[in-house]
Amino acid sequence: MSNMVQAIRMALHVGEERHGVTDIFGEDVGPPLGGAFTATQGLKTAWNSPLDERGIVGTSIGLGLAGCRNVAEIQFCDYGFNSIDLLKLAGMHHWMSNGEWNCPITIMTPVGSGIRGSIYHSHSFDATTTHIPGFKIALPSTPRDAYGLLLSCIVDPNPCFFLVPKSLMRVRSLPGEEIPGEPGDDRVLAKMIDAPLGDRTSWKPQWPETPDHLVPFGEARTVRSGRDLTVVSYGRTLPLCVKAAEALVEEGIDAEVIDLRSLHPYDWSRISESVRRTGRVLYVNEDSEITNFGEHLIRRTVEELFYELAAPPRLLAGAHVPGIGLADSLEMVSVPQLPSITDAIRSLARSEP
Amino acid sequence: MSTSLRPVRSPPASELSPDLLSKLHSLMVKARVLEERLIQMYRQGDGFFWIGGPGEEAFNVPLGLLIHKGRGPQYDYCHFHYRQSATLLAMGADPIDAMRQMKNSATDPYSGGRNFVGHYSIRQWNVVPVSSPIEVQYSIAPGTAIANKRAGGRGITIVTGGDAGTAEGDFSTCLVWSSRPANQLPVLMIVTNNKWGISTHFQGQHGEKRISDRGKAFGIESKTIDGNDPEVSYRELSAAMEYVRTERKPFLLEAMVSRLYGHSSASGANRTNDEADCIAGFERRLEERGLLTRQQMDELRAQFTAELLAAHKQVKEEPQPESKSIYEHVFADRDLVRGDG
Ligand SMILES: Cc1ncc(C[n+]2csc(CCOP(=O)(O)OP(=O)(O)O)c2C)c(N)n1
Repeated sequence: MSNMVQAIRMALHVGEERHGVTDIFGEDVGPPLGGAFTATQGLKTAWNSPLDERGIVGTSIGLGLAGCRNVAEIQFCDYGFNSIDLLKLAGMHHWMSNGEWNCPITIMTPVGSGIRGSIYHSHSFDATTTHIPGFKIALPSTPRDAYGLLLSCIVDPNPCFFLVPKSLMRVRSLPGEEIPGEPGDDRVLAKMIDAPLGDRTSWKPQWPETPDHLVPFGEARTVRSGRDLTVVSYGRTLPLCVKAAEALVEEGIDAEVIDLRSLHPYDWSRISESVRRTGRVLYVNEDSEITNFGEHLIRRTVEELFYELAAPPRLLAGAHVPGIGLADSLEMVSVPQLPSITDAIRSLARSEP
Repeated sequence: MSTSLRPVRSPPASELSPDLLSKLHSLMVKARVLEERLIQMYRQGDGFFWIGGPGEEAFNVPLGLLIHKGRGPQYDYCHFHYRQSATLLAMGADPIDAMRQMKNSATDPYSGGRNFVGHYSIRQWNVVPVSSPIEVQYSIAPGTAIANKRAGGRGITIVTGGDAGTAEGDFSTCLVWSSRPANQLPVLMIVTNNKWGISTHFQGQHGEKRISDRGKAFGIESKTIDGNDPEVSYRELSAAMEYVRTERKPFLLEAMVSRLYGHSSASGANRTNDEADCIAGFERRLEERGLLTRQQMDELRAQFTAELLAAHKQVKEEPQPESKSIYEHVFADRDLVRGDG
């Protein structure tokens, strides 16, 4: 059973073999390292770029305009803020040329907290990217969704963000959620596609035959059905929401949990169908709370579902502080954790007018 | 003015044929008349903003004539800034289309009324959309150059910008990415140096003696030329392009040019008289050499003026984009650049 980095690697390989990916590049993306998180090991079109995020985004745009599908990595999203204007420009090409050009690129970058990354390896990017029109945005929480969403990014004629929750990179798929075609035994897969320690110069991966299983943009996944309230999340906080929901069964609370998976386009019909049934909704993500994407979802909830609500919609998000401090005592209170998510679900389920 | 690392061979002046000289002249005049018409349009309320390249024709026309235009990586990719109308005319663009963009009409083929004048976009000729943020095109250029190199032909990537903009990191990005030992790239980096960034003079901002000197540290072949002389420009551009086409390596060319109507309409778009006018200089030379008479040149200008006045009248009658079109083309539903569009 693969973990998320292995799933990404397999999707990139399929992208190279069957979907015309010509370049996978960024800082330390090529050999010998194959990516800071090993997500690009063994790929034949992977190469190391200069340490220059603006150059990475710009070159990605140029390759895209020349018809070369490519996946460009920003090593940590924390270092992508110096390229916002270029990212905006990527999202602009089709529109500003009135439909003359398109820019088929994927910007891949690890996001969020959870690896004790201190201030500059813990930022979120979802509020920022959802402010950049013209991009499609994927943010998976399982290896199989990472595989399927990355392939959707690769084949899309538009610029796409593929945001990877770094705390979930090593988490394995649950039974029944394998990528079709991957070997069931972790050790077998590791032998096939993980680069060995030490000298790798003569190493070649052996790729399992995995099919084109694409997860379309704009299709959320109901991870857990429930009667009492709806919890909408994505990325690192998603499995925590599921865990909290399961624990709360004991207290007689039955929460529905939706994994949004793609932030633009996003699956409003699934959210609204669920909220109409439960009358209560909690949005959970870890970006800082002011002008947070969850606030947008709350605005739609209020505007479109107001008379069907049994309680005010809630957002549980990161604190509005400049960064996430390194000490455990700081990180834990800066972004939602299992206890705060459990509390939020419980209090929303029990709130009375 | 050369700061070349190794001498780049340039043919002598006499190699430009009389036909080519009169073609250069005609295009330069046409481009100037177009810019003057665009300024008139601005003054008459037929456009919100004017920016363009009057004063740069002696460099921009030869550039347009020498570009291998076409679609895809076998041809040249053009990453231009907003002073390139003379280049576009020399490539064969119809001047009325610039006027349509000036008037932000629905018929504007470059942006459908969405963008400022001079912000060209022609996929059939690899002219990627011109955008307003200064210098970003230098970060994008390495991408198309990788495609040019991989395609294996003679296609190159050409990127242009002004002198002040070279202070942005994107200029360094292009120097670094095009000269990497792992993959040197066929990029012709052009800087048209008019010594101004809006109101800020070159002198106070540049510690380097010449902008082209910045190529040296990267082993990039570099040169500064007199961009007010169309014959020099033609020769030097031919030589620089030939180098990039055959060596598949970058070249940094700095062309000294004039800015004859100020920065843009925001600064009034008034004619300045303290900078050299490349057309006046070239016309004196053509007259001295007996290639064209003053009368012929006056007639040519009058003819272009009349043609573009008529085009202006036509553009005035054309429709504006529909308001409901703002949501069109946010996303592409086809992959146009990969050839299935
Ligand atoms: C990134 C960015 N900063 C500022 C501006 C505003 N601006 C427009 S043109 C200009 C000056 C550009 O000077 P230069 O690069 O020398 O080119 P020139 O206009 O003289 O040809 C400035 C500051 C901009 N368009 N983009």
